[in-house]
Amino acid sequence: MDFALTEEHEMVRKMVHDFAQKEVRPTIKEWDIKHAMDPQVLPRMGELGILGICIPVRYGGQGMDYISLGLACEELEAVDTTLRVVMSVHMGLNSMALLQWGTEDQKQRFLVPQAKGEKIAAFGLTEPGAGSDVAGMHSTAKRDGEEYVINGEKMWISLATKADHFLWVAVTDPGADDPHEGMTAFVVEADRDGVTSGDIHDKMGVRAGSTGWVNCQDVRIPVANRLGEEGEGFKIAMSCLDNGRYTVAAGATGLIRACLEASVKYANERTTFGKAISRHQLVQQKIARMVQDYEAARLLYLRAGWMKNKGARNTRETSLAKWYATDASFEAAAEAVQVHGAYGYSAEFDVERYLRNSKGAVIYEGTSEIHTLIQAGYALGMRTNADLRCELPAYAPDVWQAEPETAAAS
Amino acid sequence: MAGNTVVYIDHVQGKAPPAAWEAVGAGLALKDEFGGSLKAIVVGQGVEALAAQALACGVDEALFGEDERLMDFRPEAYASALSGQLGDADVVLFSDSVRTRDLAGMLAVDLDTGVVSDVTALEITAGQLFASRPIYAGKLISKVHAVDARPLLITLRSRAFGAPAASGSGQPTRIDVDPGDPPTRVIELKPSEGGVSLSDAAVVVSGGRGTSNNPSLVPPSDMTDEKDIEIWRAHQGFKLVQDLAAVLGGAVGASRAAVDAGYIPYSHQVGQTGKVVSPDLYIAAGISGAIQHLAGMRTAKTIVAINTDPDAPIFKLARFGVVQDLYKILPPLTEALRQRLGT
Amino acid sequence: MNIVVCVKQTPDTAATVTVEGGQVSWGDSPLVLNPWDEYAVEQALRTKEAHGGHVTAISLGPESAKDALKQALAMGCDEAILISDPALAAADSLATAQVLASAVRKLDPPDLIFFGKASVDSASGLTFAQTARVLGRPLLSQVAAVNLVDPDGGSISVERLLPEGREVVEAGLPAVVSVTKEINEPRYPSFMGIRKASKAEIPTWDIGALGMDSAPKAKVAWPEIFAIALESTSCEMIEGETPDAMAAKLADRLLEEKVL
Repeated sequence: MDFALTEEHEMVRKMVHDFAQKEVRPTIKEWDIKHAMDPQVLPRMGELGILGICIPVRYGGQGMDYISLGLACEELEAVDTTLRVVMSVHMGLNSMALLQWGTEDQKQRFLVPQAKGEKIAAFGLTEPGAGSDVAGMHSTAKRDGEEYVINGEKMWISLATKADHFLWVAVTDPGADDPHEGMTAFVVEADRDGVTSGDIHDKMGVRAGSTGWVNCQDVRIPVANRLGEEGEGFKIAMSCLDNGRYTVAAGATGLIRACLEASVKYANERTTFGKAISRHQLVQQKIARMVQDYEAARLLYLRAGWMKNKGARNTRETSLAKWYATDASFEAAAEAVQVHGAYGYSAEFDVERYLRNSKGAVIYEGTSEIHTLIQAGYALGMRTNADLRCELPAYAPDVWQAEPETAAAS
Repeated sequence: MAGNTVVYIDHVQGKAPPAAWEAVGAGLALKDEFGGSLKAIVVGQGVEALAAQALACGVDEALFGEDERLMDFRPEAYASALSGQLGDADVVLFSDSVRTRDLAGMLAVDLDTGVVSDVTALEITAGQLFASRPIYAGKLISKVHAVDARPLLITLRSRAFGAPAASGSGQPTRIDVDPGDPPTRVIELKPSEGGVSLSDAAVVVSGGRGTSNNPSLVPPSDMTDEKDIEIWRAHQGFKLVQDLAAVLGGAVGASRAAVDAGYIPYSHQVGQTGKVVSPDLYIAAGISGAIQHLAGMRTAKTIVAINTDPDAPIFKLARFGVVQDLYKILPPLTEALRQRLGT
Repeated sequence: MNIVVCVKQTPDTAATVTVEGGQVSWGDSPLVLNPWDEYAVEQALRTKEAHGGHVTAISLGPESAKDALKQALAMGCDEAILISDPALAAADSLATAQVLASAVRKLDPPDLIFFGKASVDSASGLTFAQTARVLGRPLLSQVAAVNLVDPDGGSISVERLLPEGREVVEAGLPAVVSVTKEINEPRYPSFMGIRKASKAEIPTWDIGALGMDSAPKAKVAWPEIFAIALESTSCEMIEGETPDAMAAKLADRLLEEKVL
């Protein structure tokens, strides 16, 4: 077993680290206070290829592997969670689903511009009345000739007002015996008639991001926009979450690291009772716990990335990584605030932003409670992985880095 | 150890910066302690007066060489002009500047000898000259000596050595020099804003991020952009910094945070990626004291820190500290010093 | 155009450096491409993008310096060469310049040789001037802007950032150029660049490969390195009932202590 990152991985990590630290970090607190997204973020991440990092070159991407995606997410969230949320929805929940389930036509129409950063992608699953209970959703898609008519509202959608393409899950068969088999996935372009969206403000955290609602009122899309088969929507959505959750796990690991670094720095500078607070044992305990959580979270997400590289089904391992890292990041952030004392409570330092940001991750992409049940299910034999008609492709460097074949004569 | 020391008088078109005389002072100190001779040398156009001034400082001999082609400083030409003149020197001192580093570097090639730049201390131990210089952004000091190399060329950091008191006389000696044709052509010089050069200043007053922190000031009514307002606030703060600097005859510096925020041009930045300064007095107003900044000013003789945060790291390095808003303390401080100094 | 950029690998500037057993130690901190050299690499790449050609990055250092060269390759340099030889372990700036010059002479004759302003470790700021002198090529140092490069006419016009202002200077090609950070904003390595760099084979040239009979001798040595003892200045806090009182007190103290 080789636990070392390759030279390539190290360079990827450093590149994303440098971008986030130099270009986003200096002003992120101000955007957070404004409850607005820095307009530079999406274009820069597109220009630098981060928005297509693990998509094959022939589909407009950078041809790096899934571990690179994880490393990038760790570095992005170490600066602010909102950067990683971009990757979670654009790459994890949408682009990777196209890679896994899309037809060649859909890959060309949607995945290529997304990977190039020319179009922004998002994920429409959650509704005002349906979060953990996905099958309880109300959005519908009615077949009408060569089109589907989409109706419904999705809520808590990251990049709702910024995205060009939504991966939208709706009920196609309301009368299905098992509602899990009555849903279908679609690609809905934001500029279609009947699509409206708006921002949701005043969230506890990820304020420098974009979260909102998207509403479809009799939106007509061609059958060619249907992802997978009718009735596969739930399975597709769950496979999307396998990828979204991976980015969340990696990102939360970065957040633990940010809490750790801030706490170590502060603890070495601040003095009480005649010595640096880093010399007080109860402060040391908090820092030691952050180290423990960081290292464990990191190994868990890297393992999941390694499995994705191999083309191995990783639902259980990714769920475990997400659950562990997000719970741990919430605790690490709370303890980081504590280490900073009153200063931690003030926006002058970053740790209160880390705490507010961390709370979202234990709710989205599967609440910690859902993951608890998932893990118990696997352990107790009550849950197994159903076969999927399409699997996330294993990483193959030569195939992924091959340039697109140019048309013979054009 | 008695040796022959030569000191080169650095200049731009016949005008020498204060540091040039510090190099003479260093040469005199070496001669005082260890004997030997001290010769000054200068090449350029219109530089006889510099040679005369060196004699007035107390050097034994002052040589000057002139040539039209030396009007603008070009390292290749100056090195060619000088390299034949240094044969009997054991040590050649230069004040450190962009010019002299290039010059000394090239002379070292011509003379196949050693060169040490940015030196802050000289000492002789067991007959060998050691030049101390900061490395790793001033976190460490290395002591350098020549290895089978004569003369040892040394550039001396500004303000690390004292300028001499005038105490000599004599006539400068003209020498013939052949600079060759310079391989580069100066087309023009676009002068920068005037004022005391940060590197040479005896007093530096610096402002940091705290300069924009005065919420009670009302910006002009037509200003609506928040960034513009923040910069306007910072300019008000830097006016106070500039007033104090003016009273003290000093230069205005800035922390990297202030420069990055657009409060003041980069030419004022003091720190690891800005200028390294070594003034007699460094007053830091509204600067927290990040390591990068400290690297630029830690060798100042006296540091005064003004900051509303009593835990700011800068207080650890300061000789005097004032926990006070710079807006409240700078104006009365400027006035109090103006009265006492009569400036 | 044939372009060469000379780079160095240095410890990260954020590293805590200490002296251990007379040697500088930076602990676990990574070794990086000297930050000042990134500007030189960027300028080399921009020159190639404007005029066509080939960029070769060279470095004198130990085997680990290949990582810094890989960064240069990942940014977009076409080729990289490491110069390494145990006999060069104690090379000073002159020996380094002589070695770099020998390496340059073995390459296709370059039109431009770029350097950064200084290395963040030893920071002698001498190597580029010395390399130019050894090669007998004009030196353009402290370059903050390149106004014009005329490859056919064989000339370059630059602006040098000097304390007294910006000096506009022209020189014929080939020339040695050292750049300051005002000149550009270095690019991040692209992912494609990273892939190419990690696969790249970087040849190592030793003294023999450079065509030199023996390693040039260093003319200076630095056997002693020590950390600056942090003078624990006890800071005298100036107190006062009002800002006016504090100001008066501070002014008095400064005069008493003969600071002014």
